Formats: sequence, structure tokens, C-alpha cells
Amino acid sequence: MDEIAGMDLNLVMATVNGSGSQSANLVLTRALFAMGVPVAPKNIFPSNIEGLPTWFFLRANAAGHLAGRREADLLVALNRATFHQDVARILAGGVLVFEQAFGDPQVDPEAHLSTYPVPFGKLAKEAVSDPDLRKYLTNMIYVGVVAEILGLPEKALESALARQFRGKPRALPENRAAIELGRSYFKENLTRSGSLAVHPLDQNKGKLLLEGNQAVALGALMGGCSVFAWYPITPSSSVAEHLTSLSDRLRVDPSTGERRIAIVQAEDELAAAGMVIGAGWAGARSMTATSGPGISLMAEFVGLAYFAEIPSVFVDIQRVGPSTGLPTRTMQGDLQFAYSLSHGDTRHPILLPGSVVEAYTFTQMALDLAERVQTPVFVLSDLDLGMNLWMTDPPPYPEQPFDRGKVLGEEELQGMAKFERYRDLDGDGIAARTLPGTRHPLAAYFTRGSGHDEAARYTESEEAYPRVMDRLRRKLDSAVWRLPQPEESTEEGAEFGIIAYGSSDAAVAEARSALSSLGIRTGYLRIRSLPPGPAIASFLGRHQRVYLVEQNRDGQMLQVLRSELAPGLTGRIQSILHYDGFPLFAADVLEAIRTMEAGRGVRLTSLESDAAVERTR
Amino acid sequence: MGVAAKVNPLGLTRDDYKGLATTLCAGCGHNSITNHLVKALFESGVDPYRMAKMSGIGCSSKATAYFMERSHAFNAVHGRMPAVTTGAALANRQLLYLGISGDGDTASIGLGQFCHLVRRNLDCTYVIEDNGVYGLTKGQFSATADIGSVQKRGAVNELETIDIAALAVQLGASFVARGFSGDGGQLVPLLRAAMAHRGTAILDVISPCVTFNDHAGSTKSYAYLKEHDLILQELDFVAHRDEVVVSYPEGESVDVALHDGSVLRLRKLGQQHDPLDRLAALTVLDRGRQSGEVVTGLIYVNPEAVDFCSREHLPAAPLRDMKEAELRPDRQRFAELIASWS
Ligand SMILES: Cc1ncc(C[n+]2csc(CCOP(=O)(O)OP(=O)(O)O)c2C)c(N)n1
Ligand code: SF4
Ligand SMILES: [Mg+2]
Repeated sequence: MDEIAGMDLNLVMATVNGSGSQSANLVLTRALFAMGVPVAPKNIFPSNIEGLPTWFFLRANAAGHLAGRREADLLVALNRATFHQDVARILAGGVLVFEQAFGDPQVDPEAHLSTYPVPFGKLAKEAVSDPDLRKYLTNMIYVGVVAEILGLPEKALESALARQFRGKPRALPENRAAIELGRSYFKENLTRSGSLAVHPLDQNKGKLLLEGNQAVALGALMGGCSVFAWYPITPSSSVAEHLTSLSDRLRVDPSTGERRIAIVQAEDELAAAGMVIGAGWAGARSMTATSGPGISLMAEFVGLAYFAEIPSVFVDIQRVGPSTGLPTRTMQGDLQFAYSLSHGDTRHPILLPGSVVEAYTFTQMALDLAERVQTPVFVLSDLDLGMNLWMTDPPPYPEQPFDRGKVLGEEELQGMAKFERYRDLDGDGIAARTLPGTRHPLAAYFTRGSGHDEAARYTESEEAYPRVMDRLRRKLDSAVWRLPQPEESTEEGAEFGIIAYGSSDAAVAEARSALSSLGIRTGYLRIRSLPPGPAIASFLGRHQRVYLVEQNRDGQMLQVLRSELAPGLTGRIQSILHYDGFPLFAADVLEAIRTMEAGRGVRLTSLESDAAVERTR
Repeated sequence: MGVAAKVNPLGLTRDDYKGLATTLCAGCGHNSITNHLVKALFESGVDPYRMAKMSGIGCSSKATAYFMERSHAFNAVHGRMPAVTTGAALANRQLLYLGISGDGDTASIGLGQFCHLVRRNLDCTYVIEDNGVYGLTKGQFSATADIGSVQKRGAVNELETIDIAALAVQLGASFVARGFSGDGGQLVPLLRAAMAHRGTAILDVISPCVTFNDHAGSTKSYAYLKEHDLILQELDFVAHRDEVVVSYPEGESVDVALHDGSVLRLRKLGQQHDPLDRLAALTVLDRGRQSGEVVTGLIYVNPEAVDFCSREHLPAAPLRDMKEAELRPDRQRFAELIASWS
């Protein structure tokens, strides 16, 4: 294979949390990106402010795969506590850069590693007097060393530095100097061996590096959200932070200082949900962003919004549960919970963005849907999609105007003999609402979470209650077509099908291309919303064998599908479950498929790093 | 018939401020409060289309159905009315928000939200219909039950009471008053002043529960209140358009100017209480707590406090009326933003 076209390098930076390695890692990421090399960065960080181990996986690959990889081609070892463990991660023929003071790395001679000891601490001590600053700049020194080893051009580094320290020009010279220190140390004291190198490509034209949470915030802004209430929780806090800075730029009247959005840090998630619901009731587009523990606290309020039919949007950046679980690791663990959140019979539309662009468009769509369907709408992202940088096409300018749903103002009421808040007049299950403050004698109604009839009157009637509940179900069913339908790509003569959703898309796409290069054709359906639309049944009907990839232990999507589709169809599904807190990688999918296909007598030999998959029967 | 019903400046009669027939027990203090509210709303000429009635869960919280039928109402979940009201007010700050809660709703399950509402000084009136028990769940003690108060079946409350008014003052509330459902002469001007105030106005209204907490030994019974009501001032609410009806000899009365130009006139009784003095407010409440007296009247007011929506720099026009062009940046600004991200 052509060396450049086949380039696929995984750099792993093992550092100590709180040492400021993030800037260094982002400079490396942006330098590779500036070279036109597709990158997939994954930050694996602990729930800790300072002291615990943290890893940054930076994959540079010509094929443009967006999922990460587990093994290192190059390791920067700056954490003594995990040193030997990290070294074991390096693939044969790889590179080890390490703090000289850690001593002998005890590498296996068979592994043929190129090893570069660097006295990082000593270099930093000599160059920087301020101990706090020194800690940060130590990391920048490794950027210089890695740049030398991989042959990164000056220009790429310079543009990465400029981008990373945009708005902080004072930090630029010292960071540049630290990189230079690394480069010159390498040149003067070490000799490059081995063939690992990154060559400029020209593949990133028009692309951006964005986080999913930034895209959600942009979606909120472009979708017309004007009340956003939240309570800090990893990994969702950055949605509020991004929205705040976007709003400072785009929702403030420069002459008066007036803000066309309220972003409120509430006292807890109960209050955040309450504010969202109060604002939705009063007619603003309102939303929150939280994670699993917050969703748990919002459960009671979501039931109120469901039953009283109040537009509201809940973004859940999922993390590992239950309880506090692994708060800085990723999971698709809230699917079933969110889908029927609250007591009694409830069911909520769930949007499942699989990319940064979808995180943006689905957030806008959620604001439209909430007002159209008058119900809480969930957007389920996760830590991997939300907090990592992804290479992406730019978010497009929205083509559709806001859909404000059925709202009756004074004029509309003028022509009406009566107004009944919960009467469905056109058969779609959705009744028109009025907003408080409407100047008309018919407008007022009483909003409550207790039993009510079509005219919003309190009742415990055994006829009215089922009538309301059936309409709520009908309302959702008749709105399913409005939700983003599954995306399907099926190869002719597919041997089996794969279903996935959310952030699993990148890994599944890569796994499919590996399978395809072995001549194994597959069908692929990516679910983008719940309740399940007809495309899922149709896909299942066309594939005898289907693997359903999920990032949770219990196969939550499978459980949902089982409860809504015919058993003959869901019986074709076998789960591929990934729940170790790491983002899903292609090897995880391939390995599982290999094992399961082996059970059927189809043998796909090991599918390790270079995807050297052989197929024997 | 013959006699035309009295109308207020909006041309509405007192009946226009009524709601559905109450479903609360006959004699319940909450029903009296509803009547006083109707009077206050009528007399102040509150525009029904500008009002939103908010409540939590409890017998008290049901009361929003029993007045002002022409206004929207939101009966939320237990203890969470403050958050819903906050969201609604952010969406439309032009409405008058009147929250009705109970002592269970506010001082137990909703204590956190209550504190944070006060802290934000959201512009709203917050009435606690305080009976010392959970009426709707059949008479358990609430956190405002006084120490030593006896439950209907004989159990004695041994825990310290939460004094909502004192708590509100301590939290920096900008308007704190206490009333008694049986004293409309005092409650009506307090309600009117609370609605005229800009900021969170807390009104703790002792409201006996005839079914579960009106017996001997209860400190929230009608009989107890009749004997232990320590009235701080005599009150007149003077709307700006009104003539000044009564005037008192110099030194006997104090006027508190409210945000909308109206005035609450306080006529001193035996008590020397300055409602602009926070420390005095805490002192007078604590003295009442120790002596077993129920201190009622205007306890504290700070007419200068900045309300939450103003602090958030929200425009005067409601956010909910913002059009797409005001909320969604145009193509050029969007393109500039995206370009800045590369
Ligand atoms: C989450 C939740 N827990 C418990 C209840 C049951 N509940 C309903 S009303 C109430 C107490 C109400 O007491 P209070 O606020 O004092 O009102 P009152 O009935 O005395 O006027 C309780 C505990 C509920 N509705 N929701
Ligand atoms: S139970 Fe008590 S609080 Fe409830 S309605 Fe009856 S008297 Fe009023
Ligand atoms: Mg009570």
C-alpha cells in the first residue's frame, strides 16, 4: 500500500491531570489538521482537577476515519504512575518519548521501538522560573520533540499556535519558545530512527474542528432558544458555556446592553427543568443541557410537561452511570430512561445525533418539535461526541423558518365560539394552546399535572383520563414522520446488517470499510430518533442477521425495539455491547463481529491495528 | 337589582375577579385568603390579561382556581412553583406573577427553590397560606409548626420551627410581610402593596386548617391567632390615582413609596418598628418567636432592590415575543462566526 495514502498514526500523550497538557495536545492536533491530515482526537480524562492520569489519543489518518484507536504508534510518557502500563500500549516498531528521570522504560527488545529519553523537567526548570508556568510549558516542550520525530513543518506549528492562543497573544511567545526548546534539544541530543512520519495531505479543505457541545449551543442560538436554564455537570456544562459566549456575541444589543436570551445557572436540575417548563408555557423557546444525574432529577417535571403538554427541550450529554458512575467517561446509558422518563405512561421523542452537524441541526429541530408537538423533546448526545473535537463540515445555515406550532393569539380567538385547550380539532392529536398574557376572554385556561378534560377542567373521570392518554399517544405517533428518519446505506448482496446510533457512527463506518475491503458486504442503518419509524422494521425485514451496536451493558435500544416491533424481526438482532467508558473504536466492533461470525463458522482472523483481516471458511 | 355594581378603573366588577367555586373545606383559612385576594385584585384594578397565577401542590395551591378565572394559571409540581414562575417571568416579564403556596410546599419540599427565588428577587408576589400542617395529605406537621404545638391526635411538635418570614429577611428578600386570613383589613393592603412592589414580595399568611389544625393546643388555630396576633402597624394602601383619604397627625404615620407610584401608609401602633431596617425586622420576629406571639404587618421592605429580569439585562419587551429575525443571526453574521472557528 502507498505509504502516504495508508498513513494511520495514533499518538498517545500520557500525562498528569491538571498539568495543562490540553493546550499542548491541541496544538499538536491543530498542527496536523493544518497539514491537511485528517485527525481524530480523543481526550480520556479523569474526574479530578489535579493529579490523576489522563491520556490524549490523537489519530492522524489519511482515510479520514473519525473514530479513535487504542494502541499507540507514538507514546509521550509524562506520567510516572502509569509509565510501564503506557509503554505496553506501543505497537511494534513504534516510538517512545519519555521523561528521562523515569529511568529504564523496560521495553521488550522484540518490539523494536525507537526510544527517546528527554529530560523534560530539567529543560523546563532551566528555561522557566515561574513554577506554575513551568508545569504548563513542560508539555509544550514535547510538542517540539514530537514535531521533530514526525517531521511537522514549522508553518503548521505556527498556525496551530496562533489558533490555539487566539485572543491570548501574550501567551504565544513563551509557548513558541517551549516548542523550540523541544526541537533544539532533539536535534542536538538525539537521532531520529525508524520511519514514522506525517506527510502533508490536502484533505481538510473547508473542514472545521468542533465539539458536539459547541454545535448544540449553536443549534440553540440558531433555533431561537431564548431561555436556557442549567446546572453544572460534566460533560454538559460546556453547552451553557458555549451558548453564553455565542450570546455575548450575537444576542446582545450593543447600544443598550440588553440581552435577547436569559441563561440562568439554576440551583439544581429540578429548578432548571422547572424554569424551562415555565418559559415554554409562557411561550419562549426554552431548553436545558444536562447529563444522567440531572435527567434523574428532572423526571418529575418531565412528567408534568408531558401531561400538561408544555414545549421543552432536554439535551442529555450522556456519561457513564449509574449514580456518579464514571463522570468523565462516555456511554449511551440513558436511552431507555429518557424515552419513558417520569411516572405513569410517558413516551418522549428522542433525537440521536451521530455527528457534530447533527448535534447542531437536531437541537434546532428539537426546538421546533417541542413547540409543534407540545411535549418535552430529548436530544441524546454523549461525552465522546460532546466534548471531543471532531473534524466536520461547517454547520449549514438553517433553511427552514421556526415552526412555532399551534398557538392561538387574540386574532385567531376572535373568530372562535369557544376555546378548549386540550381538544384535538384536526385529528393529529395536537390541540392548540394560548399563551398567558393573551388579551381575550377565551384565552385563559388552567394548566395542571392532575387529571383534566378537553377544556382543561379538573376531573378524575374514568372516561376523560383514558381519552387524554390515548390522544397523547396518538399525538406522538402522528409526529413520528417529523423526526429524523434512519440513515441507511446498504451494499448489494449484504451478508448481514448493522444497526447503530449516536456517536457509534464513526467506529461502525470504519469497521464497515474494513469489512468491505475484505469483500464482506454489509447493510447499515443508523437510527436517528425514537419512537422507531417504519424504516427500522423494513431494514430488519431485509437482513437475516443484524448486529446492533450500543454503548451500554443492557442493549437498551434492543429493548426499545423489542417492545415496539414484531418479535420475528427483533429476533434477528444480536447485540454488540461496548461499555468500558472509552469511546467506541472500529476494532471493538470488528472484534465482536469476528467472534460472533466465528460462532456461525465464518472466521475472520484478528482485526488488529492495520485491519489485516483475512477471511477463511 | 337596580343598584349598578361598583366597577374599578378597568370597568370590571368584583365578580369579574372571582373563579370557580372552592372545593376546600368550609371555614378553611385558604378560602378567606381567596376572598381577600379578590378584593385586593379588584381594588387595585389588576388587568386579568396581565396576570399569571402560579402554584405548587396542596390545598393552598389549589386556590388559584378559585379567583380570577380570566387569567392563565399554572398548578405545577409540589414545591417547585418558584422555578416555573422564574422561567415564565424570563419568557414574559410584563406579566404580574402571583404565586400561591403552602407551608409544606414552601418550607419543606420547596425550601431550596424558595430560597433561590428570594435570592434572585424575581418580580412576583409569593403568598404562603400557612397552616402548620399538610392539609391535603391529612394533617401531618409541617416545618412551620411551632415547637410545642399539638397535633389533632395529640402528638407534640418537638422540632424547631422554620419562620418563613425571618428566613426571607435573612436571605435578603425585598418585601416581607405576615398576615392572618382572619384579618382582611390588614391583608388586603399588604396584598396590594406586595403586587405593587417590584421584586419578590413574600407574604406569610397564617391560615388555619379547620380540619386538621384548629384545636386547642395548636398555635395556628383561629383561637390562638385571636389572642396572640401582634399587629405591627395599621395599614392603608394608597394607589397613586387615589385621593389621600385619611391623614394622621404628624409623626404617627410613615409612608412607604412603592415602585408603581403607590404608597403603603403605616400607622404606628404601640410597636416602634421600622420596616426599612433589616436588623429590626429580624429582632421583632425573634421576639415574637420567643413570646409565642404572631407578629403580623409589614416586616421589611426595600423598594430599591433590583429585580432579576433587570439584573439579567432583559429587554422590556417579552422574550417570548421576539421574532425570528431578532433571535436568529442573519447569513452574514453566521458566516462570520463560522469563519472565526476555522
Ligand atoms: C413529590 C410529591 N411528594 C408528595 C406529594 C404529596 N403531597 C401533596 S400536598 C402535600 C403537602 C401540602 O402541604 P401544604 O403545602 O402545607 O399545603 P396545605 O394542603 O396545607 O394547604 C404533599 C406532601 C406530592 N404531591 N408530590
Ligand atoms: S384540609 Fe385543611 S387546608 Fe385542606 S381544605 Fe380542609 S381545612 Fe383547608
Ligand atoms: Mg399547609
